[in-house]
Parts: sequence; C-alpha cells; structure tokens
Amino acid sequence: MPLLSIVTFLPLVGAAFILLARGPEEIVARNARNAALWTTVITFAVSLLIWIEFDNSTAAFQFVEKHEWLAPGISYHMGVDGISMLFVILTTFLMPLCILASWDAIEHRVKEYMVAFLVMETLMIGVFCALDLVLFYLFFEAGLIPMFLIIGIWGGKRRIYASFKFFLYTLLGSLLLLLALLYMYFQAGTTDIPTLMKHAFDPGVQKWLWLAFFASFAVKVPMWPVHTWLPDAHVEAPTAGSVILAGVMLKMGGYGFIRFSIPMFPDASLYFAPLVFGLSVVAIIYTSLVALVQEDMKKLIAYSSVAHMGFVTMGTFSLTLQGVQGAIFQMLSHGIVSGALFLCVGVVYDRLHTREIARYGGLVNIMPKYAVVFMLFTMANVGLPGTSGFVGEMLTLVGAFKANTWVALLATTGVILSAAYALWLYRRVIFGELTKDDLKAMTDLSPREVAIIAPLVFLTLFMGIYPAPFLDVMAVSVNNLLDQHQAAIAAVKAAVAAK
Amino acid sequence: MTMYHLIVFLPLLASIVAGLGGRRIGDVASMAVTTGSVVLSAVLSWVAFYLVIYKGDVSTVKVLDWIESGSFSVDWALKVDQLTAVMLVVVNSVSALVHIYSIGYMSHDPHRARFFSYLSLFTFAMLMLITSDNFLQLYFGWEGVGLASYLLIGFWYKRPSASAAAIKAFVVNRVGDFGFALGIMALFLTVGSVNFDVVFKAAPELAGKTFHFLWKDWDILTVATFLLFLGAMGKSAQLGLHTWLPDAMEGPTPVSALIHAATMVTAGVFMVARCSPIFEYAPTTLQIVAVVGASTAFFAATVGLAQNDIKRVIAYSTCSQLGYMFFALGVSAYPAAIFHLFTHAFFKALLFLGAGSVIHAVDGEQDMRRMGGLWKHIKLTYAMMWIGSLALAGLPFFAGFYSKDMILEAAFASGTGVGQYAFILGMAAAVLTAFYSWRLIFMTFHGKPRADHHVMEHVHESPMVMLFPLFVLAFGAVFAGFAFHNGFIGHDLKAFWGDSLLILDQHKAMENAHHVPLWVKLGPIVVGLVGIAVAWLAYVKYTEIPGNAAKQQRLLYSFLLNKWYFDELYDRIFVRPSLWIGRVLWKGGDGKIIDGLGPDGFAAIVVRLAKRASVLQTGYVYHYAFAMLIGVAALVTYFFTRTGH
Repeated sequence: MPLLSIVTFLPLVGAAFILLARGPEEIVARNARNAALWTTVITFAVSLLIWIEFDNSTAAFQFVEKHEWLAPGISYHMGVDGISMLFVILTTFLMPLCILASWDAIEHRVKEYMVAFLVMETLMIGVFCALDLVLFYLFFEAGLIPMFLIIGIWGGKRRIYASFKFFLYTLLGSLLLLLALLYMYFQAGTTDIPTLMKHAFDPGVQKWLWLAFFASFAVKVPMWPVHTWLPDAHVEAPTAGSVILAGVMLKMGGYGFIRFSIPMFPDASLYFAPLVFGLSVVAIIYTSLVALVQEDMKKLIAYSSVAHMGFVTMGTFSLTLQGVQGAIFQMLSHGIVSGALFLCVGVVYDRLHTREIARYGGLVNIMPKYAVVFMLFTMANVGLPGTSGFVGEMLTLVGAFKANTWVALLATTGVILSAAYALWLYRRVIFGELTKDDLKAMTDLSPREVAIIAPLVFLTLFMGIYPAPFLDVMAVSVNNLLDQHQAAIAAVKAAVAAK
Repeated sequence: MTMYHLIVFLPLLASIVAGLGGRRIGDVASMAVTTGSVVLSAVLSWVAFYLVIYKGDVSTVKVLDWIESGSFSVDWALKVDQLTAVMLVVVNSVSALVHIYSIGYMSHDPHRARFFSYLSLFTFAMLMLITSDNFLQLYFGWEGVGLASYLLIGFWYKRPSASAAAIKAFVVNRVGDFGFALGIMALFLTVGSVNFDVVFKAAPELAGKTFHFLWKDWDILTVATFLLFLGAMGKSAQLGLHTWLPDAMEGPTPVSALIHAATMVTAGVFMVARCSPIFEYAPTTLQIVAVVGASTAFFAATVGLAQNDIKRVIAYSTCSQLGYMFFALGVSAYPAAIFHLFTHAFFKALLFLGAGSVIHAVDGEQDMRRMGGLWKHIKLTYAMMWIGSLALAGLPFFAGFYSKDMILEAAFASGTGVGQYAFILGMAAAVLTAFYSWRLIFMTFHGKPRADHHVMEHVHESPMVMLFPLFVLAFGAVFAGFAFHNGFIGHDLKAFWGDSLLILDQHKAMENAHHVPLWVKLGPIVVGLVGIAVAWLAYVKYTEIPGNAAKQQRLLYSFLLNKWYFDELYDRIFVRPSLWIGRVLWKGGDGKIIDGLGPDGFAAIVVRLAKRASVLQTGYVYHYAFAMLIGVAALVTYFFTRTGH
C-alpha cells in the first residue's frame, strides 16, 4: 500500500470535496469547516500507521515508492527515515488543531481558506517524504503559495507588506536552490536523493552548491540576518497561519540542512560550520535582546522563535550525535511549543482583537485556566527541565560544546535572556490587577479551545519527561548520517593525501 | 514501588490534585490532601533516615529512562545515601510543618488550593533535587524549585512588587544556572557521563589535567567546579547573585520560611557537598568558595543591621548564615556545613514563622518601626522568637551553638590563608548577627507600642494550628544540635556519613577543629553576648543612640540601608543596557539596516510601481503567487525537457 502517497494526497481529496460544495454561503462554510476537520483528523490517523509500522533498527528509507516521472533520472520517489517521519507526524498532528483554531476566527471566504490549508498540508507532507530533488523542490516552493495567500487574504492590517516581504526573501533563496539543483542534475545525471547522497561532489563545487542550498534554507529557518520577514509574517498571519508557519514551515529549513547539506556536501558542511555557528550565536543573543523590548505579543514570540531556531542550526552543524538529535528534537518541541504560544495569543486576540501587550494585564483574575496553560508553554519556551523545550536545548548545547567551546558559552546566555523576555511577557499579560474595563468581559478557555490546547499540553510534558520514543526513532538514522559524513570527510582527506 | 517512591511522588500527586481539582474538591480537601501527603512523606523520611544512617541501607532506584542520545544517557532515579537522608528529613519535616502552619496563616486567602498546590510542587521538586543520582536530574530539581519559588513569590499577583520580585528571582537564578549548565556540560565532555558515580570515580584521574581556551591552559576540574559553584551562588544567594533573596520576601511568610530559609536556598550547599568528590580535587575552587562564603556572611550581616522590614532582616540573616555554610565547604568541612544546614533549617524556619505570627498579629504590618511593645500580647510568639534568636546567635546548648562554632573552629583550624579570612569575617558577622537579632526582638516586642491603637486593640496570639509548628521547630532549635552533633561532626563522623562525603587526607580542618585553642572555642559565645548587650543598650536602654548614629554616619547608614547599592549597580550595568541594546538592534539593526537595505528598499520600488498600475487589491497577491508558480514551472520544464533527451 502506498502509505506515504495516501497520507500526502489525502488532504487534496478533502480540498476537492470542499471545492465541489455549492449552495448558500453559510452552509458551504459550515461544510467546509467540517470537511477540513475530518480530512485532517483522518490524515493524522493514517500517518500514525507510518509510525506504528516504522522499523527503528534501520537507517534505510522505508515505505518507499518509486515511479518513472518527468525524465530519466527524475522520478516520483517517496520514502521516510527516522528523521523525516517525525516531521510528517508533526505536520499531520498540528493540522486538525489549526482547523479548529480557525473555526470561528475565519468569517469570510471560509471555503477558500480551508482549501488553502489542505493544499498546504499536502505540500508540506510532500516536502518531508520526497526522495527526489525535483519533487522536493516542487513541494517546497509550492508550499509558499498557500501560505502567501493565507497571510495576504486572511491576514491583519499590514498583510500586503508582510506577504511581500515573505515572498521577496523566499524568492531569492528558491532561485539559487533551483540553479544548484540544475547543476547537480547535469553533474550526476539524476535528482534521486539517495543516489545524490552517495555522489561525491568535488569539494570546490560543494562549497558553491552548499551556499545555494544555504540561501534557501537559511531564509526558511530563518537565520540571522535574513529573519526580518518572520516577525511581520507572524504578526499579520491569522492564528492558524502562525501555528503552521512556526510549527512546520520553519522546520523545512532545518530539515533541509540535515537531509541535503550535510550528506550531499559533507566537506562544505564542515568548512562552513563556523559560519553557521556565528550566525546561530548572533541569532540567539540578538533576537533575544530584541524580544525583550517588543510591544506586540506575536512579534515577541516570533523573535523568540528565531532565537530557538538558532539552537537548531547550531546543533545541526556541530555534526555530533547529540547536536543533530537535539536539533531535530528541538524542532519538534518548538513546533509544539511555539505553535501553542501562538494559539494562546490567538485566544486573547479573538476576544479583544489586539496583540498589543500593554492592552492586557491581570488576565489571571478571570481566565485561570488560560493562565495555567500559558505558564506551562512559557516555561517550555524558557527550556525548563521536564518540558520538551529542555531536552532539545540541552542536547544542542552539549553538541555545540563538543564542537566549539565559544559557541556553547555564548549560546548558553540564551537561557538567561529567554527567561527575561518570556516571564516579562507573562507578567504584563497575566499578572497584576484587572483594571481595564473591556478585559473584564473576557471569558476563560472555551471547550473548543481546551480541546485544541490539551494535546499540546500533554505532548509538551510527555516529550520533556519521557523523550525516549522520539529519540529512539531517530537514533539510527542520525548515527548513519554522521557515519556517512565522517567517511566522506575521511575519503576527501585520503584523496588529498594521495595527491 | 519502594518507600522512596512514596516519599518523593506523594507530594507531586497531592500538588496535582490540589492544583487541577482544587475548585472541585474545595479548599479544605485541597489542604488536607497536600498537608496529609507531606506529613506522611516526612514520617517516612525519618524512617529512611534511621535505615540509611544507622543501618547503612544505601540504595539507588531507577524510575524511568530520561534522555538517551549516544553516550549522553540519563535516567530518572532516586539515590538515597546518608547525605540525601539528612536532606530528606530537613526538607520534609520543615515542609510538613509549613503546610500545617499555612492552614492557619492563609485561612483568609481565597486561593488556598493554589497555594497548597504550589507548596507541594515545591516539595516534590526539592525532593527530586536531593535524590538525584546524576547532574541532569539535579538540574531538573534545581529549576523545578526555581519555578515553584517564582510562583510562590508572585503568589499575590495583584501586587506589582510581587510579580517583579518573582521575575527577578527567576532571572538572577538563571544567571547562576548559566554557569551550572556549562559546568554539567564540561563534566560530560571530559568524563563522558553525567552520572554522579561515574564522574566522581573519574575525578582523581582528572586532577591537574588542563584544556586550552583563549590564551592559556586551564585546570579542567577547577573550571568545571567553579561553573557549578556559580549555580550554587545563584540558588543560595551568595554575594553578587544575592539580590533576589530580600525581594523574595514579597511571597507569603510560610514560603519564606520553607523556600527562602530552610530548604531551597540551601540547595547550593547541598550540591557542593554532594560534589565533594570533585571539589576536593579542585583546591582553587574551594578557596573561591571559602572567600565568597565568608564575604557573604559578613556583607549580609552588615545590611541586616539597617533594615526595618522584619522579614528582610531575617532574609539577610539567612543570606549571612548560608555564607557560613559555604566557607565551611570551602575549608573542606562538609559535615559542619551540612550540620549547620540542618540546625539552621529549624531555627530559621522558626524565626520566619514566628515573624509570620507577629505579622499576623499586627494585621499585615511588616515594618518594625510601626511595631514595639508587643510582647505582652503575644507571649508565646515572643518566647519562640527568643529561642530562635538564641539558636541563631549560637549561645551554648542551643542548636546553632554546635554547628556555627564548629564552622568557625574548622575555618580557624584549616591553617590556610582563606581559612583565616573566613574565621575573622565569621567572627565579625557573629557579633552583627547577635546585634541585629536582638535589635529585631527589641524593636518588635519592647518599648512603647508604635502601631496605631486600632491595630493594637486587635493584636492577638495566633491559633494553635500556627503555634504547634512553632513549638516543634523550637524543640529542634533547642535540641537538634545537642542530639546530633556527635553523629554529624563528632569523632565518628566517618561512620555517620559513609561514602556520601569525601574529604582528602590532606584537608584536616574537620579533624583539627577539635583541637583549637580555648579562646577560639569561647570566642563565638563572647561576641554573641557582646552583640546582644550592644543591642540592649541601643534599643532598650539608650534609645536615642541609633538615631544619632544614623545621623552622624549618614553615608555609612544609607550605604547599609540601600544594601551596598547592588540593585542600583545592576540596573545601570545590566538591565538598562540590555533594554537599550535590544531597542537599538530592533529599530536600527532589523529596521534600518537589514530591512532598509533589503526587502523594504526593494519593496518600496515595487509597491510604487504596483500603485501606479493601481492593482492594489487582495487580487494582486494572487497574481504574484501564480506568476511565481508559473515561472518556476516553466523554468523547470524548459531545463529538463532540453537536457533530459
């Protein structure tokens, strides 16, 4: 059974179904919501089959499907290993929550909105399943379009500006990625990813290719200094858009580094590691300081995202087991925690229609449940041990320490700064006297909101207390990745020595 | 499941029940569940104490896998040895008494369920900290108590000062944790494990090994232990990272007694003692520990002289006593440090809860300048405060006498320069301690009442539920030293501590402390009496002295009153610059430079063009999107059809 294709394209079936709906707008909207919810729930359920059937003991790609496609060397090739499988699950898990979060918040063009989300789900899952560069590229780039539309149509006041910025940044990256891709095809005669991983590109060429891939992935992550699209995009995006953006889209960059940059350009990855370290450390400190002075809740969390993704890139290019495992874990954790934080912002935004921190204060008096979950996610964001945030942060730091003392030293200052900005935000929104009149009418979490947030609470704690299932599933694949990398480095060294 | 599972996880369970179900089961049930489980934990802890110390029943129980990434492998586990057993008794006994006390103290608070949930959560985190068998779980407990402390300091969330103090406590602790985390990583990198047993076993071989960083070679163990000590400085409020502790008094008084006197703040002392097998091989760090401890003991005592808030006086006293414990650690007198931790828990919790009883009596007033003359109205509380103060000042046969004298004697007997430094500052701090303790008693209980008559009319003794814990603690403050000193610090201390503490043969402070000159033995008592006498002169006999002194030494007085200006200094050099840099990076870095040169500059042109074409509708977003899709598709198709054949 082509399980991966089913999971990937199931959302498209739902989208087609919604598109066919006709009738009065209200009924169409209701049907669209229900259809989207059911589609995403079923997709999630089916995707869990992948995990259940997954074999932890091998680094080989599993559930492989391969069919002839565009041209010789370019095929429809799908498969997952211990690394990508987790991202597929992350995507399918977040999707139903996003649909639920949009239930009442989206009032116009509901049908189109749901279609955009479902199409986006297909494209995102495709990104993590694709084992052919062309296929990957199509999913990767096309995924921007629905997000672009979601921000541009259902976004806030400055949505045009935000979507523009988003578009400009990513366009630059994708063009370079495309050029690199074409070059690789000419060189290797194929765009098959497993084959390219074994193809030893000339070290000099590797550097150029690495930079081209880097341009695309760094924007996605986003790394400093190409991060400024993210705060604007988050601020303007509807809540669910922010959740997907932070939860899944950013991870495509980090995933790209692990899937492509390291195995295909091993030499260049080692060569450019100090560059990545430098940018990561700047990201962690710089954006944490900027987060400290934000006045908009979403912007603050967006900047905090950039800092957290700094840990991811740092861990990845430490090229150590702890670093890479930590980076992957941090991405999963951040997907859940930052997604949850954006949902938390969404909860109060839906009630008061402002994200300005100063407009809030004293919410604990009337929203005790909300105060509890917001506290939990704040602590997870700060990396408190016992929450998922700690495991990834600690492992990436250990990995970085192995690679470079300075990097670890500077990155660890992040633990101080993150506590400062996160608790400061919490205090201004939640604590204090409830003085503002319009706040007094606010209601605590509705059952629907509880249903959205409860799974995230559970996962945040579960991954923090018992991360073993996640670490185990990726262990063999990551080990293999690093073994291959070392072998490749050794081979280049041997070749140089032979000359 | 073992008894240790019950001891550790009962408070967690109770905390969850009271926290999540508090509104359903009601306040009374929440208090019963939490107090009941912690009392049970406390009883079991004494059983454990007996089994471990007198039967030698040391064990480690694995609970669950935690993080496993290659060689980085850590479990959740409960390790109970002699050191843990002592801590179990301290933590659970004080916690149980504070739970009971809070039933009375918090009786008018509408959020009692939440309060008790936090107290039990704290207890659980503290238990995880002391039962850890590895550095990472220690870190979990470390941050867990930090969280509980944050929540409890900020418990009265309507007060801006409480929220601010809570954040300050968490962030300042994080500064220490920065070092602590680096220390753990450094040990992992050199040893390849974060398990205590493995790391401790490797320490002798690592002694003297170096690594290169910046311009020179550094001793690995010195650096690693120093980093760990930074964490201890944060948690135990040592000089430099102490600023959060006085502010933490914003929390309800039972919290101050439990967290900010008896248990959490001693976590740093516990950690260093636990790591004695590494610290012993890092003599430089030990010296730093001794100097920092002694300086803190003196510094905090001087600030305590000038404070007017009854809780702040006791807070600085705590800070000072922690300093004693640290310089004991620094001269390798670990048993003395832990013994002082043990006795201090009783008398300092007693003082705090006693102060709580006073505050309760005078309707929430904490300023001693508005108290006075209270002793007739609250005699029991008055007696309790005397007992606590006598124990704190180290007068003969009270608990503090045995532990504090031992620390001073050990410092003297260590025969090192830092030992002498610690001894001198320790003696000086002892005078000040006695002085500020009786200043507190005289200002609060003696003289003419300075509260207005409405308050004075309502002054009342606390209910039994609050007094009973005071009695138990007073019993400890009187007898804990006498009863246990032979075991903790006597000649058979090796049998008592087993393998849980390591003292190298060349570190003889503990041993020689038994053979110091008589004047060293009597010194602390004498200076204690002097301090009391001076306080009596200044605050009972000639009450104009303090005012005149403050006027004459205006500079010195405001220096002390303002706590040596640490807060102002940190605000200038850390807080404000951080915010300023943040703003510059945001508006300047992100705004002007990155955006200005990047997308904004480009977008400005495009938007201008787009405006001219007047397609500034949502529709135009579609155009771009589809233009992009079509463009990409066209490019791909073009290249691949051309090269594919």
